[in-house]
Amino acid sequence: MLSQPFAIATSPDAVTHPPANFEYLTDRTFRALAMAAAALLIILVAYILWKIGGQAMPAIQKYHLNFLISSQYNVQELKFGILPGIWGTLYSSLLALLIGGFFGLSVAIFLTQGFLPPRLAFVFRLIIDMLAAIPSVVFGLWGIFVVIPAIRPAANLLNEYLGFIPFFGTSLSGPGLLPAAIVLAIMVLPTVAAISQDALNSVPYRTKEAAFGMGATLWEVILKVMVPTAAGGIFSAMVLGFGRALGETMALAMLIGNANQVSLSLFAPAETLAALLASHFPEAGPAEVEVLMYAALVLLAITLVVNVAGIGLLTLTQRQISGKA
Amino acid sequence: MKRFVRAPLLCTALLAFAAFVHDPGARAQDMRLIGSGASFPAPIYAAWFKTFSKGANGVIVDYQSKGSGAGIQDFINHTVDFAASDAAMTDEEIAKVKDGVVLIPITAGTIVLAYNLPDVAQLKLPHDVYPDIFLGKITKWNDPRITAANPGAKLPDMPITVVRRSDASGTSFVFTKHLSAVSPAFAKQVGFGTTVEWPASDKIVGAPKNDGVTATIKQTPGAIGYIEYGYAKLTKTPNALLQNKAGKYVEADEKTGAAALAAAKLGPDLRGWVDDPDGADAYPIATFTWLLFYKQQDVKKADVLRKLVDFCASKGQAMADSLGYIPLPAPVVAKVKSAANEIK
Repeated sequence: MLSQPFAIATSPDAVTHPPANFEYLTDRTFRALAMAAAALLIILVAYILWKIGGQAMPAIQKYHLNFLISSQYNVQELKFGILPGIWGTLYSSLLALLIGGFFGLSVAIFLTQGFLPPRLAFVFRLIIDMLAAIPSVVFGLWGIFVVIPAIRPAANLLNEYLGFIPFFGTSLSGPGLLPAAIVLAIMVLPTVAAISQDALNSVPYRTKEAAFGMGATLWEVILKVMVPTAAGGIFSAMVLGFGRALGETMALAMLIGNANQVSLSLFAPAETLAALLASHFPEAGPAEVEVLMYAALVLLAITLVVNVAGIGLLTLTQRQISGKA
Repeated sequence: MKRFVRAPLLCTALLAFAAFVHDPGARAQDMRLIGSGASFPAPIYAAWFKTFSKGANGVIVDYQSKGSGAGIQDFINHTVDFAASDAAMTDEEIAKVKDGVVLIPITAGTIVLAYNLPDVAQLKLPHDVYPDIFLGKITKWNDPRITAANPGAKLPDMPITVVRRSDASGTSFVFTKHLSAVSPAFAKQVGFGTTVEWPASDKIVGAPKNDGVTATIKQTPGAIGYIEYGYAKLTKTPNALLQNKAGKYVEADEKTGAAALAAAKLGPDLRGWVDDPDGADAYPIATFTWLLFYKQQDVKKADVLRKLVDFCASKGQAMADSLGYIPLPAPVVAKVKSAANEIK
């Protein structure tokens, strides 16, 4: 870009002037920096994958895919399988999304659809955003000291009378899947609520007015017009919430019970991949580190699949709603 | 204008950084010793090293409580000046250290079985019963084998929830080693190690670290779990009287712990465990914990390390009791002091 097309410019007293060499330089430097930053980001992800994959390789060769379907984790006999971890990760995250997603969306509707005066809504929003700033370990302690004692009577009642249903198959002693999922739900709620609010706010006001104008009631407007129109954004809120739930570590390590078993029961102790990694890494010997790297790779893969599937579904729903082919 | 201000600022920052990096070389008379390893004795090490640093001019001892396994790994990789381990070192591990290893048992501790039964002030557990609880074979508090040992106690018809460590730890190593020595069934099914595969059961849950296990026991009626004596003492968690090999029910304290260690037969390399001590007053679950040193190193460093061992073995032992650890028996202290001379 040696030629400077604007050089034949205006008179010196004009408000504007042609870009000086110096400005060209700034522009190009900035562009180069931005490109470098973007490239670094991709290189970083690739490097992490390569590094983890490289360290996991011996374990992958030793345990193959059997690793994914075995539920034995024995350091002494060097027999490893992470089916309970995969199962627990997906089960707890789905459950958390079910609870957190419902409440997150409800909160978003409540705060954006004129139920509250704007100032009060602002305060509410701040409080919910603050939830996101609470450290994971505090949530874990809160779970141990508040959630578990609170749900124990109800859980044990359910187990006593409805124990034949697999979901209530065991009694809740302390740590278990349900308390972990409840705390996880609260942790994903701010993410879901914040993005859903943005989605609902970005629906043009005229759409809402038109619906009212056609004689729709408030709830008809919300459920049949606003939510479907914002569905794309709400959906991505759910996907992001799910992603957060998958990777959550400390609170889960404290609440899930870390039991190496696959159970449908909501009250049984379970295991998640992130909790497994966190609790075993510090003292792992070389043979176990490979295995943990393999487990980390699996966790990465799950997160990736969820995110890609989420984006795919998102574009699909958006097309359906906006009517484009 | 701003652009021109920033460049000198950046230069100053860089210079300051360079000076900072260069600094330790400039003050060579200061010495920093780096150690890592076991978390079981970390509280007492922190107290010792702080006191030692105050007395020794310019010596700073940094200890990272990473866990015994990680400490041994660091020691083999030569990234530390010393390490600490609850499981000493195995022969293969020792063979990997070219400079030679001096193993020094420096303090000891006991592990208690903490429980949560609000109506039971004192719980006695027979020698053959508590391994079966941790195997998931005894599942109710009113099991005849428990009630037989506790006449008069109001043991509820409540499931037993076993709380174990979810992270790898020296505490688990010592505890499972003891259970394996007591119960052949436990040795066969679970074995011992810093992490073991516990029986799959809805009533065996894992919690991270000593504090996690303690909190979970305290919040779960009907729970039992193993924690260090120091933690139980600190948190006032009730713990069970255990029947020892001689058949007597003993409470965990300094005396019964010391009695257990008196039975320990340390080898010439000062390794040795008390898996199931014999003495009439011995508390059944006790262990030494070791500091690991290189035989050969920098002369100045070796000098300070010898002083450190001497401090821990003499003045340090007086601090053990109040922190929930057991002071070393006198014969062991003598052995430790002579072994320290091998650090050269």
